[in-house]
Amino acid sequence: MNIHEYQAKQVLARFGVPVPKGQFATTPDEAAAAFTALGKPKAVAKAQIHAGGRGKAGGVKLVTLASEVRDFAAKLLGKPLVTHQTGPEGRVVRRVYVEEASDVARELYLGMLVDRKAGMVSVIASTAGGMDIEEVAAKTPEKIFTEPINPLLGVAGFQARKIAFALGLKDKQVGQFASLLASLYRAFIETDASLIEINPLVVTTDGRVICLDAKMSFDDNGLFRHPDIRELRDANEEDPAETEAAKYDLSYVHLDGNIGCMVNGAGLAMATMDIVKIYGAEPANFLDVGGGASTEKVAAAFRILLADKRVKGVLINIFGGIMRCDVLAQGVVEAARQVKLNVPLVVRMEGTNVVEGKKILAESGIKVVSASDMADAARRIVKEIGA
Amino acid sequence: MSILVDKNTRVLTQGITGATGQLHTRACKEYGTQMVGGVVPGKGGTDFEGIPIFDTVEQARKSTGCNATVIYVPPAFAADAMLEAAAAGIELVICITEGVPILDMIKVKAYLAGTKSRLIGPNCPGIITPGECKIGIMPGYIHKPGDIGVVSRSGTLTYEAVYQLTQLGIGQSTCIGIGGDPIVGTTHIDAIALFNQDPKTRAVIMIGEIGGTAEEEAAEYIKQYFKKPVVAFIAGQTAPKGRRMGHAGAIISGGRGTAADKIAALKAAGITVAMSPADLGSTMKSVLESKQ
Repeated sequence: MNIHEYQAKQVLARFGVPVPKGQFATTPDEAAAAFTALGKPKAVAKAQIHAGGRGKAGGVKLVTLASEVRDFAAKLLGKPLVTHQTGPEGRVVRRVYVEEASDVARELYLGMLVDRKAGMVSVIASTAGGMDIEEVAAKTPEKIFTEPINPLLGVAGFQARKIAFALGLKDKQVGQFASLLASLYRAFIETDASLIEINPLVVTTDGRVICLDAKMSFDDNGLFRHPDIRELRDANEEDPAETEAAKYDLSYVHLDGNIGCMVNGAGLAMATMDIVKIYGAEPANFLDVGGGASTEKVAAAFRILLADKRVKGVLINIFGGIMRCDVLAQGVVEAARQVKLNVPLVVRMEGTNVVEGKKILAESGIKVVSASDMADAARRIVKEIGA
Repeated sequence: MSILVDKNTRVLTQGITGATGQLHTRACKEYGTQMVGGVVPGKGGTDFEGIPIFDTVEQARKSTGCNATVIYVPPAFAADAMLEAAAAGIELVICITEGVPILDMIKVKAYLAGTKSRLIGPNCPGIITPGECKIGIMPGYIHKPGDIGVVSRSGTLTYEAVYQLTQLGIGQSTCIGIGGDPIVGTTHIDAIALFNQDPKTRAVIMIGEIGGTAEEEAAEYIKQYFKKPVVAFIAGQTAPKGRRMGHAGAIISGGRGTAADKIAALKAAGITVAMSPADLGSTMKSVLESKQ
């Protein structure tokens, strides 16, 4: 789960991580009032969307007058902002964050993430702050420092100093950084984060080390123990079909093709998308109905698939282990009746209760093309839609 | 022959009275696995269909001499169950549970490094040595005893591969589902290294997917040390960047972990890569025939 910058800063501030003072606004008047409330000669107004590259896209502005903040917010709010991360349709701006401006002497990068290879949380730091870190890593890997944190020890003092010196910090900044890093790690662990990105981390002209931007993502599997974090979810930033699927504990990802896929198991679901492509068509989605899916869940999955108007045909590929083929077939029949199926349907089933499953489909009166294996299924659905 | 589990393996179920625990303990017992005990805190002294239940893993270990345990407890309690199993000295710990928080796994992995326990999973189907021992949720009947090792991050895709092999008359030595999470106990390399030492495993099918670099690392290992044929498949060739594809670990992040990168690394290591998931069995068959 991702959250907005202003939310990330609120979470980090709770753990004692230094961030600039600010307030979010949902209307131009609120934005102007937020500026006045800050009481500083200048501030920065920033569009709040779940995507980077806002500065270059015109979503960030240095302001000195309340009227300026109002005009800027009026220009952004309710309209899509297109950045290099949003895709051409952009993301609608619903909030503007107004925070005190900082006089920046140096821009650095500080990140913390789950390092799969190390099996630990690692700190990533770079002197190349304010830039696209993936680009820095690709072009100048020598500018990236990585430090894995032992989960049973936490951030050791020497590690914090090592990173501070690598970042070229000196004097009091080293101690400030060490304390910032310790707080950041505590925030990471205590909220089940999966990523924290501070880009840039800045040294101000008066020598303070603070987080000018903040991005946080959380491990969905850890959210059950953080109801406060779960409330930060912004449904507007998520695909409605994916949100609907999540309600039924279905794993769904919307794609651009026209063959709807319904599969049990994530690996088999990806492999099914791949084989659709091999036979010359494009998958409309990834959909894993999971292991012990009920008839109701399968029916929900089917409705979600068919709600996508680009879907010209549906391919169901089930390898029944825990999942029983008769349960699946029952769900498909119910859903097909509810939604009035009007596109070709190819079903490939194998495994537990496959004979019963095939019988249910055959006797249902629904037009189903039965496939003998995965390749046959892909070939048939592509032929059916005439791609 | 086989790796890790065989007809002598004595298995404990942690969470034996839950719906999943009951269902699969029964199925594994029917398959012929020695299911010797269960653990449910507070239900010690009772039994599940004749299998004795204990309050703690330590007690179960002492009473039954179990050397493997399978965990079906809910995600919030899975890490604790793994730690308890390792602390009791159980050699093989298999965690089926899906949805274990990543930070819990980081701690579990760090703790297990100092013990003699090997962890398989979490978020995996388990492990099976066909005809001898099935621990986990895979359908037993699709397997056939033989000499092909199978290692995979996915559940149903493994069944697909095994089914194709069996249809072609090719049996399996041991099949391990290592799990779809970003941090797992046993990795591709670990499994491949075990198959390397097993004289009866003639060749290996390795099934990977997008996300992380475990397949690339395994490719490097295979190139240097592994002398048996390997057939591989990588799921997610059509997966978009930055989107999690069901498994917590199946995500292309920072431009890394793409199927194309993995396939290139595998091919560079001399591994035969099946481009279609429908060709896993037939590719293995032709590789075996070319070696004869």
